Amino acid sequence: MKTVLTINGQQVSLDIDTRVTLLDALRDHLGLYGSKKGCDHGQCGACTVIADGRRINSCLTLAAMHDGETIITVEGLAHGEALSALQQAFLGHDGMQCGYCTPGQLCSATAMLEEARAGRASQVTDDLTTPAPLSRAEITERMSGNLCRCGCYSGIVAAIEEVAAE
Amino acid sequence: MRPFDYQRPAAPEAACQGMSASPHAAYIGGGTNLIDLMKLGVMAPDLLVDVNRLGFDTIKDLDDGVEIGATVRNSDLADDPRIRVRWPVLSRALLAGASAQLRNKATTAGNLLQRTRCPYFQDIDVPCNKRKPGSGCAALGGELRNHAILGTSEHCVAAHPSDMAVAMQALDAQVVIRDADGQTRTMGLDHFYRTPGDTPHIETRLNPADLITGVRLPAPLGDRQVYRKVRDRASYAFALVSAAAVMQLKEGRIEYAAIAFGGLGTQPWRDPKVDALLTGARPSEALFEKAGDVLLRSAELREGLEFKKPLAHRVLKAVLTEATQ
Amino acid sequence: MTIDYQIDDPENANLPHPNGHGPLGADMERRDGRDKVTGAARYAAEHAPDGLLHGVLKRASGMGTVCLTNVQEVEALAGVRLVLQDERMIRNAAQGTAGEAPVQGVDTADYIGQPVALVVADSSEIARDAANLLKVQSVGDDLPVLPKHGETDPDMQENSVTGKPQDAFDKAPVLVDATYTTPSLTSAAMEPHAAVAEWDGDRLTLYGSLQMLRYNRAELADCLGIEPDQVRLRAPFVGGGFGSKLGISADCVAAALAARALGRPVRVVQHRRQVFEVNTRRSETRQRIRLASHSDGRLTAIGHEGRVSNLPGEEFAEPLLQASYFNYAAPHRLLRSEMVRLNRPAAGSVRAPGAAVGVTAFEIAMDELAQKTDVDPVELRLRNLPDKEPGNGRPFSSHRLADCLTEGRDRFGWSDRAAQPRQRREGEWWIGTGMAAAVRVNLVMDAEARVRLTPEGRAVVETDMTDIGTGSYTILGQIAAEALGLTVADVDVTLGDTDLPPGSGSGGSVGAASTGTAVWLACAEIRRDIAARMGRKPEDLELEGGDVIVGNDRRPLMDLLSGETLSGHGKLAPGEALEKVRQATWGAVFAEVAVNDITGEARVRRMQGTFAIGRVLNQRTARSQAQGGMVWGLGLALTEAMVHDARDGHVVNRDLAEYNVPVHADVPYLDVCLLDDQDE
Repeated sequence: MKTVLTINGQQVSLDIDTRVTLLDALRDHLGLYGSKKGCDHGQCGACTVIADGRRINSCLTLAAMHDGETIITVEGLAHGEALSALQQAFLGHDGMQCGYCTPGQLCSATAMLEEARAGRASQVTDDLTTPAPLSRAEITERMSGNLCRCGCYSGIVAAIEEVAAE
Repeated sequence: MRPFDYQRPAAPEAACQGMSASPHAAYIGGGTNLIDLMKLGVMAPDLLVDVNRLGFDTIKDLDDGVEIGATVRNSDLADDPRIRVRWPVLSRALLAGASAQLRNKATTAGNLLQRTRCPYFQDIDVPCNKRKPGSGCAALGGELRNHAILGTSEHCVAAHPSDMAVAMQALDAQVVIRDADGQTRTMGLDHFYRTPGDTPHIETRLNPADLITGVRLPAPLGDRQVYRKVRDRASYAFALVSAAAVMQLKEGRIEYAAIAFGGLGTQPWRDPKVDALLTGARPSEALFEKAGDVLLRSAELREGLEFKKPLAHRVLKAVLTEATQ
Repeated sequence: MTIDYQIDDPENANLPHPNGHGPLGADMERRDGRDKVTGAARYAAEHAPDGLLHGVLKRASGMGTVCLTNVQEVEALAGVRLVLQDERMIRNAAQGTAGEAPVQGVDTADYIGQPVALVVADSSEIARDAANLLKVQSVGDDLPVLPKHGETDPDMQENSVTGKPQDAFDKAPVLVDATYTTPSLTSAAMEPHAAVAEWDGDRLTLYGSLQMLRYNRAELADCLGIEPDQVRLRAPFVGGGFGSKLGISADCVAAALAARALGRPVRVVQHRRQVFEVNTRRSETRQRIRLASHSDGRLTAIGHEGRVSNLPGEEFAEPLLQASYFNYAAPHRLLRSEMVRLNRPAAGSVRAPGAAVGVTAFEIAMDELAQKTDVDPVELRLRNLPDKEPGNGRPFSSHRLADCLTEGRDRFGWSDRAAQPRQRREGEWWIGTGMAAAVRVNLVMDAEARVRLTPEGRAVVETDMTDIGTGSYTILGQIAAEALGLTVADVDVTLGDTDLPPGSGSGGSVGAASTGTAVWLACAEIRRDIAARMGRKPEDLELEGGDVIVGNDRRPLMDLLSGETLSGHGKLAPGEALEKVRQATWGAVFAEVAVNDITGEARVRRMQGTFAIGRVLNQRTARSQAQGGMVWGLGLALTEAMVHDARDGHVVNRDLAEYNVPVHADVPYLDVCLLDDQDE
């Protein structure tokens, strides 16, 4: 199956088995191992990438379904040597231990901040008709699709809070 | 996953045609459920017809309602200003489901059609009448928790896992279906699902090549809308019990009531007797207690599921109280 | 040369010596953090040698003799290279520090979910499909899977009686007699176990997701029937372990065998569902706890009797009683545990084995006693602290539990709470508070490390120690920088490679103390060389800012090296000190929890942990470790339980959707206080 993707600003052409997920295309066919395979079933968020501006679980979608789309992975978050504000804040607050969920947390948080700016609501938003400030409860609810087994949630949330406040 | 062909048609005709080409073909929308099950070997289509580029990705205004395109993402549906204002129970239900990542991918039609989370259904090494008709049910006598207590049979106790469909059930949603001949028909969601009986593998009244093109929501008949979900952790978990209430009060009486439930039934559950009991009555604790009794009068409390009866009772009472305050 | 050091006496010199303003103990950024936030860190499965093939393990769906009934059909599928069923394959992961093969031979399945074959193909998609198509039949008798049906293993009992506990229970003014059960639990590290194996002649290189490489190398060699020096293990990054990667795992052995058979590198990644079955779980427990006390809560007798389980043949028993030997003072003590043999997935170490469930149950009983005696729970614990180890009178190397309790109490605002239950309500939610003491035995293990000081004045730390998220890269670099008077930027740390000196590995919370000391010893050897070059004694030497200082003589280290590399090798062994003193770490955790009156849902609203864990080498990474432990406590208490099917013992909820690891929304901000804690 021929598929063209723009990944972190670079256009790539693939000719792959229809069964190849977007995650496996990134990892096994393009050598972009930053996106992690924690469960392969949409239950952990480690594979989160940003496809056409939306955060998704790349393990639960076929590469072929994304033909023509723009994908951002953790490898595309920094600008050259300059880390993104979130990446920097994760270092500052030690929002990681083993690091395996970290790329997913970062991609997810990057898109989450955009969603919040666009006024999207969450389960814990009191009033659906007015945009909610990004409280701690809002952040943790919106980030709940990303598990961290080391238990770094405090550091991750502190990092997000720091960037959200900027 | 078994090998499969993949088509991405640009028009509904081609999609239906593709589906007709193989008895084992499947439509794919978001894929969040289908690919999950294909990896486990639970589903094995030989052809996937991608419906994402058929133009069913918008929410259109109808006379006094809306038609939600089949491939509108759950996140976009929850975010739509019309839905947020007039059908907030639907926004709430959507936002209570899955994770932001999954909602960004999952579609309206796919959500209606998602398969059960019964762990025995997902395990190809054990019998399951839903997965392999006639093979038996490993869940019976097994470990039950996220299973149904309403609508079950001795062949299947699997619960429907959707949050969205529970709200839609309470909103009298109509499924818009295009058949293989290009004819469009609508079907009430109350009629859309089938109870398992002795054919738990047949979950809906869709015909093989039928294509869901959208879901119509009529004008809401109640402005008091509540969705409540109980689960084993604070987020990113399926419902143990959920309830959607759409109610209208007039002069201290319940003028309209439509209550639907998740986590309890083999399908998004709505019981006309519950609605009828409430309609016209004055809200009271006794009335809400009775509504619970009516709802759960025929509940099958298999071992491990006993907790669902008191929990459902209490959740219903809380939801009715909140909606009538 | 090597500096050997065996800790035979309580070490009060507090090696390494901080000079007060060096990098040791500082709040420093994780040195591998940048690789982790940019996606550059490479975990086991992320190595792809040329010609890589992909293997998928196949599980048993029943117990007994296994027969693969359609091997030829599966091997005939396009792209399938091999269906491997080899007598050297293992049934479950090795226990921690085993150093030898676990039970081998997969023609028999001891439990449902056991690996019985490996399917190797050109792509992971083909291999997964072929494994799904492979048919496995098993024939055997029903084996016990429920604790009530299992037989007690007479060789796996623990029985310790001090004084006359039964008399004390009989005569106690106040008696708590409670029985608690805890379910099976699992590590569920985010990175699934994975291996990439490649042979060069008769030498194997394997990238694995493993915690303790020195033991894992011996285990893998033993499995394969080769010498350990034919095996090179590499694990530069490990995506969490929590005990599940202590021993060599099924993927490693299968990948090595398949790579050998096919003459091509093979990658085997455990499916998430296999991670739940093939690696060790924390045993379910039943614990009876009896506390006899005076009316003021002072304990007269302690009873802790437990039952755990494991697969037949496995020599690990969840060490439930570990802390109950010394947690509280009481003249009479009854400590017993037994193990029943069950054909469930093997049990082994899961984060804080013994303590996580043993201390938890004990602390719940203490709360029962607080309730019965009407003594404040913190005060009750303070009243019962021992000044020496009960029973044998051994001194504690340090005992800061009282400080943890009082400091934590103040930080949490414990005195503001309503002491009786159901006093505070917010809407539907009842708000309650609770606390527990935390006790964990301390261990030291064999560890070696090499440090090289290059002519450019850079230090290179080398050991096969792993960093599973604990911060090894960071703290070992800090130790070397401190010892050699360098900045951490001047130190490179290479880990996770068995070609390097064997560190302790990561497990049992021994890594920092054991491998850290080995690094310090290696640096001490370098310091000795430098001193010799200056004609001085090492203790006269001060290293700072890349300079050597002796009295008023200060000169750049590089000048002294004059183009040479100095190398030091440190070797640490645990000695008699572990017997002479009781070593433990201490803590107190406080929580405010809301419980919904309608649904019973529980939400933790805030949590405070105060810990004395020895010298803190890096405030930032240590705080993360403590927070992680608190999240695990939250999961243990509220969300996690592995469900076994009562009919055949298989794990029903073997994925991350149904096994509820706490998510972001479950976890409040976790306040952590680390007390300064050095042995005196």
